[in-house]
Amino acid sequence: MMLIPCPWCGPRNEIEFHYGGQADVRCPADPQAVSDEDWATFLFFRDNPKGVFTERWSHVAGCRRWFTVRRDTDSNRVLPSEGTQQARTVTT
Amino acid sequence: MAEPYAESPLATYTDVLERSSVRGQLRIAEEPFLAQVTVRVDPKSPAAERVGTALGGMLPNQSGEVVLAGDLTVLWLGPDEWLVVGPEGRDRDVQERVTAALDGEHGAVVDVSANRTVLSVTGPRARDLLNKGCALDLHPRAFESNRCAQTMLARAGVILVRRDAEAPSFWLLVRSSFARYLADWLVDAAEEYRSGGGEP
Repeated sequence: MMLIPCPWCGPRNEIEFHYGGQADVRCPADPQAVSDEDWATFLFFRDNPKGVFTERWSHVAGCRRWFTVRRDTDSNRVLPSEGTQQARTVTT
Repeated sequence: MAEPYAESPLATYTDVLERSSVRGQLRIAEEPFLAQVTVRVDPKSPAAERVGTALGGMLPNQSGEVVLAGDLTVLWLGPDEWLVVGPEGRDRDVQERVTAALDGEHGAVVDVSANRTVLSVTGPRARDLLNKGCALDLHPRAFESNRCAQTMLARAGVILVRRDAEAPSFWLLVRSSFARYLADWLVDAAEEYRSGGGEP
């Protein structure tokens, strides 16, 4: 069982969370201008590293907020965040 | 015309819960029909302050914080989300006051009284009982009075509130459809205390 640090509720059991895949996948600013190949890459292709991975998690059984976690996919260890991902409210 | 009536999800469980309680050790009971209103508003906006004033106490801004305002209990559910719990019948009044306080600003006020029912678990054995199905540390050192947490109890999502006045006392706010499952689980988990499981 992983202990995932929710920025609001503190460390909680993995079963309280929902996984959201790779973080920082940006939608192309102008989808019409993007080639089919680039669009497919945006839609379907994700990194799958053995090692440090930045990913989204949602605390579904708790505060229901999304947040970003850096995790080592090999050891399952959660790494300290880089400080760029501040906990934010939806409305601000 | 049919008369409107309400039946709590655990209406048929009153006796079962009563029988599973152990005098001086543990008491499990439903507190049905409490008024519950969800409030969402930007915590930094003037509207949030007005909502606090309207409720008679500022909206809690710390994770898991509970604010008591008269007969209302305001639970922190998220950075911009709160649950106002009050006695039966207060829902409309709370809803109207908070909506008026929002004054058209971006926010949400929803009466969710029928969404969850409340189980109260009281007594020196309450913490032991709940920790059989809940991974949070419920020791008063880590989870003090007037704290709340949204978590899983026996795989059912609950809002756990510590209310301690004299004896340890918890509220479990559980969705109506999970209430009977959770009551069954509590009765089963409390079985060992009925057969004289020693002092706490």
